Amino acid sequence: MAEPGVRNGEKVVSWGRLAGVGQVVSSENLEADSQGAALSRGLGRSYGDSSLPARPGDKIVQTPLSDRILAFDPVSGLLRAEAGFSLVELNRLFLRRGWFPPVTPGTKFVTLGGMVASDVHGKNHHRSGCFGAHVTWMKLRTADDRIVTCSPHVNTDLFDATVGGMGLTGHILEVEFRMERIPSPWIWMESRRVPDIDAYIRGLKDAGPHWPMTMGWIDCVSRGKKLGRGILMAGRWATPEEAPRDPPAEKRKLRLPFDLPSFAINPLTVRAFNELYYRRHPRKVRTGIVHPDSFFYPLDAIHDWNRGYGRRGFTQYQCVLPDEAGLEAPRLFLELLTRLGGASPLCVIKDCGAEGRGLLSFPLPGTSIAVDLPIRDNTQAVVDALNAFVIDKGGRIYLTKDGFTRPEHFRAMEPRLPAFEAVRKAWDPEGRLKSAQSVRMFGA
Amino acid sequence: MKAVILGGTKGMGRALARRLVEGGHHVFLLGRHEEDLARSVADLSVRGAEGASQVGSAPCDLEDPETFTGALDAADTALGGFDTVIVTAGLFAVQARLEADAELARRVLTVNFANTVVFCEAARKRLLSRGGGTLCVFSSVAGDRGRKPVAIYGASKAGLSHYLESLDHKFRGEGLVTVCVKPGFVKTGMTAGLSPPPFAGTPEAVAAAVLTAIEKRKPLIYTPSAWRWVMWVIRCLPRFVMRRIGF
Repeated sequence: MAEPGVRNGEKVVSWGRLAGVGQVVSSENLEADSQGAALSRGLGRSYGDSSLPARPGDKIVQTPLSDRILAFDPVSGLLRAEAGFSLVELNRLFLRRGWFPPVTPGTKFVTLGGMVASDVHGKNHHRSGCFGAHVTWMKLRTADDRIVTCSPHVNTDLFDATVGGMGLTGHILEVEFRMERIPSPWIWMESRRVPDIDAYIRGLKDAGPHWPMTMGWIDCVSRGKKLGRGILMAGRWATPEEAPRDPPAEKRKLRLPFDLPSFAINPLTVRAFNELYYRRHPRKVRTGIVHPDSFFYPLDAIHDWNRGYGRRGFTQYQCVLPDEAGLEAPRLFLELLTRLGGASPLCVIKDCGAEGRGLLSFPLPGTSIAVDLPIRDNTQAVVDALNAFVIDKGGRIYLTKDGFTRPEHFRAMEPRLPAFEAVRKAWDPEGRLKSAQSVRMFGA
Repeated sequence: MKAVILGGTKGMGRALARRLVEGGHHVFLLGRHEEDLARSVADLSVRGAEGASQVGSAPCDLEDPETFTGALDAADTALGGFDTVIVTAGLFAVQARLEADAELARRVLTVNFANTVVFCEAARKRLLSRGGGTLCVFSSVAGDRGRKPVAIYGASKAGLSHYLESLDHKFRGEGLVTVCVKPGFVKTGMTAGLSPPPFAGTPEAVAAAVLTAIEKRKPLIYTPSAWRWVMWVIRCLPRFVMRRIGF
């Protein structure tokens, strides 16, 4: 019998369209709902299996109805809110008041709890680090059903394992972090074409010291001299003099109302799309004011863009290749990807700064590359081959995007894993908190 | 607008309260749990910071009519007299549970009908004593027709809708506008256990529609608006057809 607020045997789907079955609980009272639950889940934008139940009977708490702001101090910028509070609301309320989160991922359909659990990074990672670096306090429900607070100074082991810990150390109930003052709610952006991957890496390194935000799209199907050509973007908040008088309007969203057939995205269409996208940008440097939504969240403009990959869905492969691996490492990665036939319409590249304190936090100084891989029969083989390359170069992958990495591969690329496992064991000796990903990757 | 909201910490009431403070209106929340009220007051205070709206709260339990006077007194004092009263609170349970649990059935009938009417009477008198205002109450499409899946819950809401219509006929001339809101399926914590039908609404869309209805002094709205036509058809169906369908 259905109880209000509880959905038995509900299908839970990730953004990459992997699915699991759970007992989903959802209400305005996260503190009560989280009792005895195996995993928390926000807006379901993680690509792989990190927000999917480990077993069909597992209780999963869905957090977005718990979305109250609990305090905001306009002097210090400290904001405290319930974990289901979303970046959509945050930006809607605070952009026009001159505040912005210190770090934002590439989608605004993410909750505060999710931003902590994934320790998200943004276009300003080389300067501002991950989101966790700006978190000052958290309230969690731990596996033994206690309510515990932690911060960079209190229960630090729990804090460090929770930041980037994929929700495996406790249910995040409340988060406090420091917002950033912005001079205007508009972005000043400069973009230019880059002819190949080597020039790209040099361009990112050169732009880093001058621009707070950098990133780029690359064409990862072109070969030879054109390999890794693309568009490099750098931005900063516009000054009040440069900015338009009106605050940015809410952008209208397009929807993809049905699944495209799985064959719609193939090497030919991807090649054509990339050619067009590259040519659309003028030869010379383009500068000007842009809407923060199109700068930070270009893909949010199409609401259900994941349907473009058809019913079988897709996975994203995101790795970081450390600077020590040499500036040619990204080129070798793209060459390997091309050889494996991993045509991807979306390929995003970004340089990363220092490693954060989160024990499983993704970035390290180097270059991050993210590519979409439509699910095909050979996807596991492609991921295996890419992982072997990344391990060889001393890099690692981003758990939030992953649904295919083998446990021995992850262990090989993550020297901090034993430290994380020790904290997890200390706070959850019976292994009550788990996801499909944790069981696949860590064995529990 | 100086609005008192009973049930403004959750679901559609929460969305409505947020819209009100963002529009610069004063809001006073009534509810059962002090801590829950405090959290919602904090949320609304930050959201309303620009419109300089004022937010407060007092305890009030729809299951306990003795709390009504004190709660309305507190709202009167804090707001310096209110002009709008909104009731979104109510109790929902699926039919199977209500059939199995007589005590729960009694609570649903008492809270949704008898006690809500008692609360509205108290609010009505205060509004009329100051020359009128708006009384906006959430009933439900479930009360429009006797239906198998909501026999008891639907009956409680049918009684409430009936009362609200009478109230509007009786007192509109004296300045009291009664707005009866009939939500269809809306995705909230209350309905999270049920699978949403087509055109299920969101609390935010309902809040927008309700505010428009209050401004335009409409006595009755269906929201999402498609329900108006769905319920028109349902009301037209002969009994022998109603008996056969599971709607």
